[in-house]
Amino acid sequence: MKKLLTYLKAYKKESILAPLFKLLEASFELFVPLVVASIIDRSIGERDRGYVVQMTLVLVVLGLVGLVCAVTAQYFAAKASVGFAGGLRRALFEKIQTFSYAQLDKIGTNTLINRMTGDVNQVQSALNLTLRLFLRSPVVVFGAMIMAFTIDLAAALIFVITIPLLSVVVFGIMLISIPLYRTVQEKLDRVLGITRENLTGVRVIRAFCKEEDEVEEFDRRNDDLNKMQRRVGMLSALMNPLTLVIVNLAIIALIHTGADLVNDSTLTQGEVVALYNYMSQILIELVKLANLIITMTRGAASLSRIGKILDADSAPAPIAGKQEASPYAVELRDVSLAYPGGGDEALSHINLAVKKGETVGIIGGTGSGKTSLVNLLPRFYDCTGGTVLVDGLDVKAWDTDALRKKIAVVPQKAQLFAGTIRDNLRFGAPDADDETLRAALSAAQALDIIEKKGGLDAVVEQNGRNLSGGQRQRLTIARALATRPEILILDDSASALDYATDARLRAAIRELPSSPTVFIVSQRTASLRHADQILVLEDGEAVAVGRHEELLETCPVYGEIHYAQYPRDAKEVG
Amino acid sequence: MAKQKKKFDKATLGKVLRYIRRHLPLLCISILLATVTVALTLYLPILFGNAIDCIVAPGQVDFLTIGRLLIEAAVVIALTAVAGWLMNICNNRITYHVVRDIRADAFRKIQKLPLSYLDTHSTGDLLSRVTADAEQFSDGLLMGFTQLFTGVLTILGTLFFMVRLSWQIALVVVLVTPLSLIVAAFIASRTHSMFQLQSKTRGEQTAFVEEMLTGQKVVRAFRHEDEAMKQFDEINERLSACSLRATFFSSLTNPCTRFVNSVVYAAVALVGALLVIRSDGTVYTAAGIAMGAEKAAAVYFTVGNLSSLLAYANQYTKPFNEISGVITELQNSLACASRLFELMEAPAESDDSALPEMGKVAGAYALTDVCFSYVPEKPLIEGLNLTVSPGQRVAIVGPTGCGKTTMINLLMRFYDVKDGSIALDGQDVRGVTRHSLRKNYGMVLQETWLKAGTIRENIVMGRPDATDEEVIAAAKAAHAHSFIRRLPDGYDTVIGEDGGMLSAGQKQLLCITRIMLCLPPLLILDEATSSIDTRTEQKIQSAFAKLMKGRTSFIVAHRLSTIREADIILVMKDGNIIEQGDHDTLLHKGGFYADLWNSQFED
Repeated sequence: MKKLLTYLKAYKKESILAPLFKLLEASFELFVPLVVASIIDRSIGERDRGYVVQMTLVLVVLGLVGLVCAVTAQYFAAKASVGFAGGLRRALFEKIQTFSYAQLDKIGTNTLINRMTGDVNQVQSALNLTLRLFLRSPVVVFGAMIMAFTIDLAAALIFVITIPLLSVVVFGIMLISIPLYRTVQEKLDRVLGITRENLTGVRVIRAFCKEEDEVEEFDRRNDDLNKMQRRVGMLSALMNPLTLVIVNLAIIALIHTGADLVNDSTLTQGEVVALYNYMSQILIELVKLANLIITMTRGAASLSRIGKILDADSAPAPIAGKQEASPYAVELRDVSLAYPGGGDEALSHINLAVKKGETVGIIGGTGSGKTSLVNLLPRFYDCTGGTVLVDGLDVKAWDTDALRKKIAVVPQKAQLFAGTIRDNLRFGAPDADDETLRAALSAAQALDIIEKKGGLDAVVEQNGRNLSGGQRQRLTIARALATRPEILILDDSASALDYATDARLRAAIRELPSSPTVFIVSQRTASLRHADQILVLEDGEAVAVGRHEELLETCPVYGEIHYAQYPRDAKEVG
Repeated sequence: MAKQKKKFDKATLGKVLRYIRRHLPLLCISILLATVTVALTLYLPILFGNAIDCIVAPGQVDFLTIGRLLIEAAVVIALTAVAGWLMNICNNRITYHVVRDIRADAFRKIQKLPLSYLDTHSTGDLLSRVTADAEQFSDGLLMGFTQLFTGVLTILGTLFFMVRLSWQIALVVVLVTPLSLIVAAFIASRTHSMFQLQSKTRGEQTAFVEEMLTGQKVVRAFRHEDEAMKQFDEINERLSACSLRATFFSSLTNPCTRFVNSVVYAAVALVGALLVIRSDGTVYTAAGIAMGAEKAAAVYFTVGNLSSLLAYANQYTKPFNEISGVITELQNSLACASRLFELMEAPAESDDSALPEMGKVAGAYALTDVCFSYVPEKPLIEGLNLTVSPGQRVAIVGPTGCGKTTMINLLMRFYDVKDGSIALDGQDVRGVTRHSLRKNYGMVLQETWLKAGTIRENIVMGRPDATDEEVIAAAKAAHAHSFIRRLPDGYDTVIGEDGGMLSAGQKQLLCITRIMLCLPPLLILDEATSSIDTRTEQKIQSAFAKLMKGRTSFIVAHRLSTIREADIILVMKDGNIIEQGDHDTLLHKGGFYADLWNSQFED
């Protein structure tokens, strides 16, 4: 929390001046009833018209000075809060860029987005309001009481009793209703939940003729929400009447005491009016204060959530290590991987040695560890046992940037970004010229896309939603090829391509002038046929390593996968 | 444009009023209570003013009258508080009931909307109508009830009392007060565009952040961090700049109106004090007031009058500021309501409650000259003919977008044909109720959908009365039993919305279990095993084969090996069936299907 406030340091001047000017404004406001009191007493006692006019001008000047102070304060408050929020957003975004994949998985994208948008906005408005009100409201409330003391002790005692009483009511009702509002929100979420289910699952619900059951369930939740809302409403309905009673009873007490005091000539009529006015001022400010405190607690909660993100560990720095001379581009030595909190090992004791320029196939059922394995190479995750070496150096000792420059990944999920096709292709190679991009597109069997869409400058919408699944996949392959990697990883990235395109793609990759080392993760044995070695994974363990033909003979798991896709007699028919 | 919008608002208002009408008695009570509350609240300053008039100077204090006035005030306070409380409760009740009713109607409507509507509107949008819009509407309505009506009454009442006390001062207040409204309106109109720019920029930043964070792993893999940071900074600085303007200028409203109010206050003090001086400073006693309040007020102006007027001047300006806020809020809430009504007035599916039920079918299909398109300009299926005998297995293959899913939409009557007919056992499917038709189908889609609840609840969707033994038997047949058993609470494990922790393959197994339990006469399997690994799929296939025996089934599959066993293979392209026949016939024909089949062995 303390660390966060350093972002406010840049706005130290503003954060001090804003409340200070507010304080001035409030003080000027407090003089108003006194001036009015003197008008009343003088105008009646001495029938001094000139004095009345003078004092009226004083009232206007007080208002004007108050206005100037307030405007100044608002400016400083706005500047400090907006600047603070901007700084926070930047710090968050910068921090997120340093997270490891494991951190990203743990925290989750949605959480990060919420922190950067909703929470920061919450903090901004809370800070703004705090700077503006946290001196003003208490000053008006307690200032009124102090002013009352300057007028008369006995009358001031009424304030001393009224203020805590009002506070108890205002804060009490708010405190009790906050958790109730949370329950309302929960009930609302349940209504939201069933509505969403009915929209996303409409086909299944209609196929099973469950509409009426769903309506019944909805009604139950809707009624629940209604009941809760009315219960909370009942409580907040008390606020106005109760405060009205307290303030007005206090005024009755004031007039009653005032009558005695005027009779004893300790007080003037004008002063009674002034006390009456002070009492009326208190209530409004007290309600504001209570609202401010709620906003502040919310803001503080948001701030501490933001703090947690900023305090989270960044990706670990490279360790010391020595590069060995090695014939292998990639070597896995007894590698195991367990995800934090993920239970069983995702990979156990894997050994693999891949020479430069070789093609490696990785195959296995869902959850067998294929993606986990290739994610170890660019150090997206750290293995929990054994060593992963790239060019003879432990990946944990590599400078991450240099390591990832060597390796290009085509992930399972074909993710593109808003911009042009060129922007997307240059994602990892900002300086690539058009010739390079076209070569990459050609190898990725994606040239027809730019022809269809209108060149490299064709617009790609957010998440590439104006492209089909197959087009997206081929563009992500081209994006990887454009970086001219030494190691290329294709993580089940041809799943949306038909067999013929897939085959042409693999042929083109084999022909690449840079002859990279290639890892192909696939479910299709046809995609792996020509690999130099195929690693068969089952439940995180290497079942077998070998070429296609060998594995068909020796590895029953591989054979099973293969013949499920290509029944034994298929070739004869074709 | 503005006129049209107004008319639109009026229509919406009418619809809202229809919902409110159900609570008419409560509404009348609320209005009555509001009148009482306001009248009594305004009467209080008069009582206090009169009491202050009885306190003039030492020895000139009329304790008797003060006592009487203060007791009267206490009674008025008690009455006001009770009336105000009851009014709030009435308003709460009306508002929350109206929203509940509208929401319930909206949900019922969703159940009746045709799929064509739901498919073309984003889930998020519809969802926010039923929840966020309804919530905003209820907030606005409540504010409207509690503040608009009492606000107007307060203004009128204050005006009335002020004129009675002193028409001169009333005039001053009436003339100067609009200034604060003008100032507020001026600021609001100036800041509107700033706020628009702020929310536009904020939206831009959110979109950017969302994109970069969902694609964070790609960003990292391609070392794109610095570039992303640069783009972020650019947007962030723009946002800060326009946010500062919007925040600052909008925060001017309060100080400015406060200033105008203090001018009003000063004017009242000035005119009031001068009036007091003019009415020659006669000392008023209880006796003087007893002479007749009216006469006293007409001739004299007292300090008590001045204090009442000062209280009123404060009260008079407040509702004006509130009302302008309430009106914006009400406008917002009407806009929300109109979005809700838009949903509720969308044309529903044709009512089929009068049609006969379809019993258990044998499964003979006759599709005659079927034409269908989602959008009139883009014809999809044209002149499609197909005959299927009971128990036959029909496979549909073809490239993406060829119309496979559309076929299923038509068979299930999620959509109706535009021309031609689909007959099942000789009966046009449009001639029976949708429910009775769909009860004959068992459907597993590629996009699995599970509801929040226990595993068991999800399995028994089609047969709520199934016994535990039957559920387990179905799960075993679908090869789902072993993974369900390993879940923390077995069949009673609660899964979150849309499956939560389950993998795509496990979800698909659960959907298959659902079908295994119902055993309906017709089956639709749309890529039903696409997320299940090859070996498990292999095992399920045998269960499917048993299930499909004697049942007419339609299968869409990616893997050609699953398709070869079908009795009829429909090869679709661009909405048309370009080839039709069994595996061997089609291979020998050497057409599109043969190409597709052979390409998987090519290299």
